[in-house]
Amino acid sequence: MSITLTLIGQSIAMLVFVLFCMKYIWPPLMQALEERRQQIADGLAAGERAQTDLERARQEADKIIGEARNQAMDIVDQANKRGNTLVDEARTEGQRERERQLEAARTEIEQETNRVREELRGQVSAIAVASAEKILQREIDASTHQDILGKLANEL
Amino acid sequence: MATEGHGAQDASGYIVHHLQNLQVCRVDGAWVWNQCEGNFWTINVDSMFFSVFLGLVFIGLFWSVARKATSGVPGRFQAAIESIIEFIDKTVNETFHAKSNVIAPLALTVFVWVFFMNLMDLIPVDWLPLAASKLGIEYLKVVPTTDVNVTFGMSIAVFVLIIFYTIKAKGVTGFVAELTLHPIAPPKSGIGLIFAPVIIAFNFILESVALLAKPLSLSLRLFGNMFAGELIFILIALLGLWQLPLHFGWAVFHILIVTLQAFIFMMLTVVYLALAVEKH
Repeated sequence: MSITLTLIGQSIAMLVFVLFCMKYIWPPLMQALEERRQQIADGLAAGERAQTDLERARQEADKIIGEARNQAMDIVDQANKRGNTLVDEARTEGQRERERQLEAARTEIEQETNRVREELRGQVSAIAVASAEKILQREIDASTHQDILGKLANEL
Repeated sequence: MATEGHGAQDASGYIVHHLQNLQVCRVDGAWVWNQCEGNFWTINVDSMFFSVFLGLVFIGLFWSVARKATSGVPGRFQAAIESIIEFIDKTVNETFHAKSNVIAPLALTVFVWVFFMNLMDLIPVDWLPLAASKLGIEYLKVVPTTDVNVTFGMSIAVFVLIIFYTIKAKGVTGFVAELTLHPIAPPKSGIGLIFAPVIIAFNFILESVALLAKPLSLSLRLFGNMFAGELIFILIALLGLWQLPLHFGWAVFHILIVTLQAFIFMMLTVVYLALAVEKH
């Protein structure tokens, strides 16, 4: 229990340990801790930034979707309108075509009627001439009374 | 072990035996074991062995982590070591405000090393001495911090650092001024000048005592606590069967003392060094 050389030995041992700790233990550990702290701070900051980015992207997406929806509605409207006008045009065109066809048919019928009427007129006059010829075979010469017969045919 | 012995002689012999260091010294050109009373040139082999061994354990543990320390995800062991490091770093930063590369590693070394040395107290008092006696080693004191040389050795190293830091921070004149011009400022002019030497002498005595009290209290506090704790362990070991619950109770309580004393030693070291660096 007396003071001996051990005291100096212990002091030296302590200084050696402290020096070793100072050189090889403390700095790398502190550096690792500091780096990790930095990394965590960076990570948190990045997370926050990502959050705001996400928020912004979501708003952007909402805006784009809204625009797209409006555009789509516009397109549908336009298409509807265009369809309506097409139908209308087709309808008027059809109307016109129908009338045109009707008109053509009418004129054709009229022409046919006229032609038939001419023919009938000719035939009637021929029949009339023939019958008159039969009646008047004896007394009437066809060439003598040609002017009378022509007048008659015109009156029919 | 002393349970077989019954007489007061056996008991005191047992205690004395347990409190005896394994000493070696050189007398008349020959190495002598344990007959070194009053000889300064004596090495307490057991104290030195265990303290250096435990210091190496500390160095080994922390160095193995420090070499592979990554800033990535730490392993369990690295995390444990890092929590100690952060605890020390926080404590030191709260107390010691100047910049220094020495104080924090010093505090770490002191804390862990003293903690390990104190922790030897929890090994049942007879185990290692008995094993040693089987190997032919007569005396073995296992807990280095129950050796006053060990605690003084550390506190003297701290004392040297205190003086070194005082001079580094304030210069030699500042150091001398701190010893002589406080707490009573000597008069600088007038008739009072005659009393200046007396006041300076008074201050010097007062401040020297205050300065010397620092390492003294530092080492004696640790030594006293650990020595008393060890002594009680030895006394409990004398009690026969009753020692089992008592030993357990005291050991549990001692876990607190072991940690607390290591922390106090570290804390006071840092505080003294902070005082040395800071202006009053």
